[in-house]
Amino acid sequence: MTTRLDIAKTYKLFINGAFPRSESGRTLPFMNARGEVLAHVSHASRKDLRDAVEAARAAQTKWANATAYNRGQILYRMAEMMEGKRDELAIALTEPMQRSANSTSKAAAKSKPSSKVTPAAAKFEVAAAIDRMVHYAGWCDKYAQVLGCNNPVSGPFYNFTSPEASGVAVCVCPDTSPLLALVSLMAPALVPGNSIIVVASEANPLPGVIMGEVCTTSDVPAGVINILTGQRAELLSHISGHRDIDAIHAGGLTPAENTLLREGAAENLKRVTIREAKLEAKKSARQASANTTSFDWTDATCNSPWWIESFVDFKTMWHPAAS
Amino acid sequence: MATERAASFTKRSIKDASKRELLLTALSMLDLTTLEGKDSPEKVRGLCAKAMRPYERDERVLGQRLPSVGAVCVYPNLIPTCVEMLRPPAAESSVKIAAVATGFPSGQFPLDVRLEDVRQAVAMGADEIDMVISRGLFLAGQHDKLWEEVRETKKACKRADGSYAHLKVILETGELETFDNVRLASDISIRAMHEVCPSGPADAHGNIDFIKTSTGKVQPAATMPVTLVMLEAIRDWYLETGHVVGMKPAGGIRTAKQAVHYLVMVHEVMGPLNVPGFAEVAGNPWMTNNYFRFGASTLCNDILRQLVKLKTGKYVAGYDFAEA
Repeated sequence: MTTRLDIAKTYKLFINGAFPRSESGRTLPFMNARGEVLAHVSHASRKDLRDAVEAARAAQTKWANATAYNRGQILYRMAEMMEGKRDELAIALTEPMQRSANSTSKAAAKSKPSSKVTPAAAKFEVAAAIDRMVHYAGWCDKYAQVLGCNNPVSGPFYNFTSPEASGVAVCVCPDTSPLLALVSLMAPALVPGNSIIVVASEANPLPGVIMGEVCTTSDVPAGVINILTGQRAELLSHISGHRDIDAIHAGGLTPAENTLLREGAAENLKRVTIREAKLEAKKSARQASANTTSFDWTDATCNSPWWIESFVDFKTMWHPAAS
Repeated sequence: MATERAASFTKRSIKDASKRELLLTALSMLDLTTLEGKDSPEKVRGLCAKAMRPYERDERVLGQRLPSVGAVCVYPNLIPTCVEMLRPPAAESSVKIAAVATGFPSGQFPLDVRLEDVRQAVAMGADEIDMVISRGLFLAGQHDKLWEEVRETKKACKRADGSYAHLKVILETGELETFDNVRLASDISIRAMHEVCPSGPADAHGNIDFIKTSTGKVQPAATMPVTLVMLEAIRDWYLETGHVVGMKPAGGIRTAKQAVHYLVMVHEVMGPLNVPGFAEVAGNPWMTNNYFRFGASTLCNDILRQLVKLKTGKYVAGYDFAEA
């Protein structure tokens, strides 16, 4: 009797609603604890980033013009689909992903998660990520009431300020909390109608790839969410220098990476929002690891509507008042 | 065969320095086009400004002045606006004024009406006339009618001083069904124009006539295989008579990469002819904007995007360039 071969998933990028391999043809091998190859994950190049930005730009107007209610439904649908993939997501978080020893990148060697994620911790992270998705789905038709206002002016006019999506945002995920950080970085940008490019966690990109499958089954229009996997060191300078990206959302990166993102943004005034731990937390984090500015993605601040404000521009309108 | 051969031209590896030169050449070959019912003088003024100077920050960003495009291509009513913008006293520009005529885009009008259309366009100051053929008559097998209408149109291009406006014959290949038809229509058009006024280096007046793929109003518009078939007709005519006819693919060429593919094709198909008198382009007159044009509008900004990317290493936003 023959034993059945497992059918392994091909982990690919998610660009414009399709699952292409990297145009460069490169992959990064990931191993499990037993040293077996678990996955060859696409190693995105700057040209994949370029394609993703083109797709995001083309899709953005339609997404922003969808009704707030409809955007909320779609985000909620994503939470529903994540719920159905709870086990798969938890396994992807638990597998101690390690870049194979023959990987040439020094950064890769550094980025190995130091400790194994326990099944309980993985379950907790998945639940927290789904809850956050639902939380932001609810904000879609409410954020404008909170962030917008009616300004008192002298004269027979109404004067309104209303928030509008900035355009194309890039979310750069940290090595830790690959799923919860991804959702926390992504959702606030999606709410007002931005289209986004996610750079999935370099240490464990698998939950990011699974999120692509969530998108395709949630009526997210093609191009609104694009997900790249690969090495941050290779992509960050192109992200910060790209003139057609309007905003960047990151957290839990190294100080050098934060600086790189901010520097490039000075040239075309894209808005860079970097989530960092509070000062006292920073100090203890520094003792733990000099390399990263850790951030607690379970913190309640992640649910703040002010996170949405980083991805809107305000438009002020005058309207004649009756009488 | 044409399809496979055309596909092979897209597989060349091109280094950055060559790509840059090709992009600059492609920019100079543009017929910057607007052919819409809603075209206004103000829109055409913008188009003319863009034609003369495609990127006003060129010296600051690229460190060099970019070439003007080959021509602007408009409906006859907008020729006066182009003359006003491109000719003295406002400017002394090398940009040609091309007008579509002969009942563009369908050509479904009586011949005398279509010829009057041409005469008026020439009188208003058009340097080049883009005519459409009667595809219906051609497909019905009335090939002599095609010969006649091209010949009469070329005659109508005659100016008061005896010179001729250049003529581009639009075959509308998307409606001709087969490559054989494209080749036949090309051969007939080339010979009919030649009967009135011979073109190419043999001609003292510098008359240059073109065959052109499409109006841009029909899908598919220009494709590489169709352009290859037409280039071969031009090549065979040159080998037969020594006269040089121009080529203009139009419609559907939107990216700089596509434009580079077309130029690779022009180089590989026409380069070996080694036409005397064109030493500066290695004997290939079709590598100049006198004999090769791209009918396009969005292509311009994509070329500019790539030029800036090559120079600065940074990807560019749509709002960095004026709309064309």
